[in-house]
Amino acid sequence: MRRRLGLAALLTPPMLWLVVAYLGALVAIFATAFWTTDPFTNLVVRTFTLDNFRELRTPTYLGIIGRTILIAALVTVLCVVVAVPFAFFMARVAPARSRSLLLALVLVPLWASYLVKAYAWRAMLQPSGVLESVFGTTPGYGFAAVVITLSYLWLPYMILPVYAAFERLPESHLEASADLGGRPWTTFRRVVVPALWPAIAAGSVFTFSLSLGDYIAVSIVGGKLQVLGTAVLQNITLDLPFAAALGTSSVVVMVLYLLAVRRAGALENL
Amino acid sequence: MRTSKKKGLGALAAVAVLALAGCGSSTPAGGGSTAGAGGFKVPDLKPLDKLGTPEGEVKVLAWPGYVEDGSNDPKVDWVSDFEKSTGCNVTVKTFGTSDEAVQLMRTGEYDTVSASGDATLRLIAAGDVEPVNTSLITNYPDIFDSLKNQPWNSVNGVSYGIPHGRGANLLMYRTDLVKPAPDSWGAVFDKAGAQAGKVTAYDSPIYIADAALYLMSTKPELGIKDPYALDDKQLAAAVDLLKAQKANVSEYWSDYLKEVQAFKNGTSTVGTTWQVIANVAQAEKAPVEAILPKEGATGWSDTWMVSAKSKHKTCAYKFIDHIVSPKVNAQIAEYFGEAPANRKACAETADPNHCKTYHAEDEAYFAKVHYWNTPISACLDGRTNVKCTDYAAWTKAWTEIRNS
Repeated sequence: MRRRLGLAALLTPPMLWLVVAYLGALVAIFATAFWTTDPFTNLVVRTFTLDNFRELRTPTYLGIIGRTILIAALVTVLCVVVAVPFAFFMARVAPARSRSLLLALVLVPLWASYLVKAYAWRAMLQPSGVLESVFGTTPGYGFAAVVITLSYLWLPYMILPVYAAFERLPESHLEASADLGGRPWTTFRRVVVPALWPAIAAGSVFTFSLSLGDYIAVSIVGGKLQVLGTAVLQNITLDLPFAAALGTSSVVVMVLYLLAVRRAGALENL
Repeated sequence: MRTSKKKGLGALAAVAVLALAGCGSSTPAGGGSTAGAGGFKVPDLKPLDKLGTPEGEVKVLAWPGYVEDGSNDPKVDWVSDFEKSTGCNVTVKTFGTSDEAVQLMRTGEYDTVSASGDATLRLIAAGDVEPVNTSLITNYPDIFDSLKNQPWNSVNGVSYGIPHGRGANLLMYRTDLVKPAPDSWGAVFDKAGAQAGKVTAYDSPIYIADAALYLMSTKPELGIKDPYALDDKQLAAAVDLLKAQKANVSEYWSDYLKEVQAFKNGTSTVGTTWQVIANVAQAEKAPVEAILPKEGATGWSDTWMVSAKSKHKTCAYKFIDHIVSPKVNAQIAEYFGEAPANRKACAETADPNHCKTYHAEDEAYFAKVHYWNTPISACLDGRTNVKCTDYAAWTKAWTEIRNS
């Protein structure tokens, strides 16, 4: 009996936190999305309406949702393309001594302030900034700038799980493949990729979800670009229920993404 | 197991109910209310009848540059002395748009706000602010009469705030990159193509009025008399103008430091601004100039209001009285670059010509400045044969422009 009481005492606070703060907030967002606002004072009026969701189906907002998903997908792909060779180098090629140093180098940017990094990119992307003086051109603020900046910000979240997967991949598997006549490319395709796949999917949960909800980096380097996050921000002061409907749409996208990832068996790798 | 599962569901349901009850803000329940001039209801709230003992703190919501406490520039501080003499600790939160101010004020966290005309009526109608007892403000008699009891700071003769100062939204440009120097808002509208991708605009529905103002002089056939009183056709014309402008816009701003930075590094070269932004940018050695274009401009006449939910009303009144006192009002007017509200402030400015430069007493000048106002369906220009578009329609239109 005492043990059960102890267990209850231990679990109640975190459970309360989870239910009230996490689920409660989600329920609140979802419920608010069915209300409307007073046209003059912008106060929330609690009359049930589906107008907010109907409005989401207009080309303007479908465009924003599509654009946001595209950005999140591009960021994820870019992170994979950079992270896989880098993690391979770290785990397989680099001497064991420098491995921890490389790992630290990957982690260091995570400790720097998010805002500092975003503003650093704002400075680098500006005319006559670093990019222009080195490469002779800069994409300027906008879509490309957002994809580059977000890829930079979330890259460590992709490198770490992929690196761990490379570390766990037994050398003997690669040797066995070679012994059986597999060329390097075949080995990569049929042995390495299947072993990495769950790790990539796990990393993509971070890169995709963080990109989907981001609005700060977008407002710093995005110029006049509108994504889901900035659209929510713009509506939150004037039309809270519609902002809630927009927020719900990103939750729906994320739930669908997580379901897809679960099928890849990646959630055990998080 | 069964019972614990049921309990869990019960808890979840309870949370859902709590969340439903707690989230969002709702219209004030019941109570008496009177109709205002615009046809909106005003909750019956009573002003403070006398000052008590100072409560020890006051939370202020202000436009950037209005309440400097030395944290931006140690030499610019008109708060510390007030704190010492009254014992009211001042905390300041700044906002970038009137919409943000309304939303923050609604949290009930703040005691007083410097509200522009596009926020005041919304705050009054929603019962977020209460009438003020002007007899408790010792400096009130010295405030220009032309600012008192105006449609944006009073309803049915009841005063809801203390005037702070006024000014115009200006056109700022990089003197080295924009040639010849512009003298018209056309630089950001019809001729924006000359600075393609370098134009900046203010990120709020109220910016539609800037387009309407430009159309007033360039397309007189639209018949716009007041940029805040637009019927459907006039609003559509303004929206089209802004959509065309968007092709040349680099970014929209509401954070004034972001605009300073954009002009400094040249990602923006021309666009709407406040005098204080031009001052800060010039102090940081950016080659910029701000002018009042020939079409006139939109502008602001701001009002200090007291929150209906404030628990520090004595400190709030004392703070407002301090802000509109001649010396402080003069300091703010010079720092921000605006006309003071207190006529005695004109004798206290470091630059003896400040009030002349900013036309503090020049009503003919301010007749050309269209103060920010809240658009409502009853046309503000007096037309009765059409319905005008209200702020909700403007909000929708602005979202459409930003997302187009």
